[in-house]
Amino acid sequence: MTTPKLELRGVWKAFGDKEVLRDVDLVVDHHEVVCLIGSSGSGKSTMLKCVNLLVPIDGGTILLDGTDITAQGVNQNQIRESMGIVFQSFNLFPHMNIIDNITLSPRKVHGVPRSQAEEKAKDLLDRFGLSEKIVEYPDRLSGGEQQRVAVIRALATEPELMLFDEVTSALDPELVAEVLDVIRGLKDVGMTMVIATHEMGFARDVADQVCFLDQGRILEHGPAAQIFSSPREARTQQFLQRITDAGRL
Amino acid sequence: MSDRSSLDDIGGGPGLLGPPPAPRGREEGTRAALIAAASTLIFIGVALWAILTSEAWPAVQQQFFSWDDFVEVFPDVLGGFWLDIKMFLFAEIVILAISLVIAMVRSLRGPAFFPLRALAVIFIDLVRGIPVILLILLLGFGVPALQLPGVPKSALFWGLTAIIISYSAYTAEVYRAGIESVHESQRMSARSLGLTQGQALRYVIVPQAIRNVIPALLNGFVSLQKDVALVLVLGIREAVREADIYAAKTFNYTGYIAATLLFLAVSIPIARFTDWYTNRDRRKKQSVST
Repeated sequence: MTTPKLELRGVWKAFGDKEVLRDVDLVVDHHEVVCLIGSSGSGKSTMLKCVNLLVPIDGGTILLDGTDITAQGVNQNQIRESMGIVFQSFNLFPHMNIIDNITLSPRKVHGVPRSQAEEKAKDLLDRFGLSEKIVEYPDRLSGGEQQRVAVIRALATEPELMLFDEVTSALDPELVAEVLDVIRGLKDVGMTMVIATHEMGFARDVADQVCFLDQGRILEHGPAAQIFSSPREARTQQFLQRITDAGRL
Repeated sequence: MSDRSSLDDIGGGPGLLGPPPAPRGREEGTRAALIAAASTLIFIGVALWAILTSEAWPAVQQQFFSWDDFVEVFPDVLGGFWLDIKMFLFAEIVILAISLVIAMVRSLRGPAFFPLRALAVIFIDLVRGIPVILLILLLGFGVPALQLPGVPKSALFWGLTAIIISYSAYTAEVYRAGIESVHESQRMSARSLGLTQGQALRYVIVPQAIRNVIPALLNGFVSLQKDVALVLVLGIREAVREADIYAAKTFNYTGYIAATLLFLAVSIPIARFTDWYTNRDRRKKQSVST
């Protein structure tokens, strides 16, 4: 059996006395796409931020390629370089144009010369149909474009694992598809991904494994087809029913 | 928008004194400008008449506005003022740099940086608690008196150092407010890209922070431009000191007026520029959010 790409073992996290993650176990294999679903506040976002070490965990361990990345004395910056994360609110740097947003990390963290970093960024922008936006500033772009740039920025450091934190939640409905297509494209090239999302149709499409989170626990997980067509847990059924009723599935 | 504050109408419309008035017809605008100009002229006329015809005026004129004294004292005051300007420019540059470093140190997170953070907090609290004039006396007279080898003995050097120390503490707080005004998600997103704390501050947080506090920094410029004159307590012959010397010699205070005019000539333009910049910045932000 090969080492999984990412593994969470009994992860706990509390903010004050509010427990956000309670004994979370998860195994993500190489090239696997895992979707996290569940209502707001169920712990999806926190889970991704814990994996990216942006939020320290209170208990358990997180393994990346079999190495404990939550141990004492781990170089967190180095770990983060090997993962990309994209947030709900894009978080592009407003004072830099698009190409500088993308090349900042390669240049400053990885020491790639500017010309080389820019060439690569241009390639990526080309691939995602954004080559005309190179010298624009973020506030001149639509939400969908900003979010695609955020994906490119995360990809520019050549991560082996991508985390997506409800990346379409802040977008106008007609802009959602362009961002989801980008993620589908990444699945096609074999990127390992963990995706927190409210887009159930997309999750059913793209996920190899779906986890339903409820009050900080992974209540149920399994292949997308099984979770969506025959969920075992009552709470999963309720959740999916509400979404079906709202016409979102 | 019919109840625009009357302040906006000083000078008859858009301009340096406030935000531009709400759009209105051209005719109405011209009429408002005429009314503003006329009422301003009448006001100034009445005020001047009241002052110049009062019984005390000849004495006041002799004491503060004597042309002959002005001609005599002005070259010395101007020379002193040039020193004020040089002190101001030099101190401002040093202050902007030092206080930025202090603010960045204070914004570092994590237990490893505790001693540095604590040092920055202690420095700021201590310095802000001491009157500038006391710090100037303490360093300006105190340090040279020690006669330490290798330590500068110039009162000017230590007086200016005192001002720099004092202003650095205040300016560091201005920068810190700016750093805290940048949303946490920016830091998070920088860190997620593998940038260290220092890199995140330098490339992502601080450039945005400075933009947010430029009006407050400019305000500090105005304040410092006057406060450099405080080194006069060390006997340094800057503008106010020169005026003081002349007053002591002749019992005539026209020199003070000369110094006042010189300070105003520099500080008013900076103040107007600050307002103009702040308004422009606000409008830009509004246009982005709509």
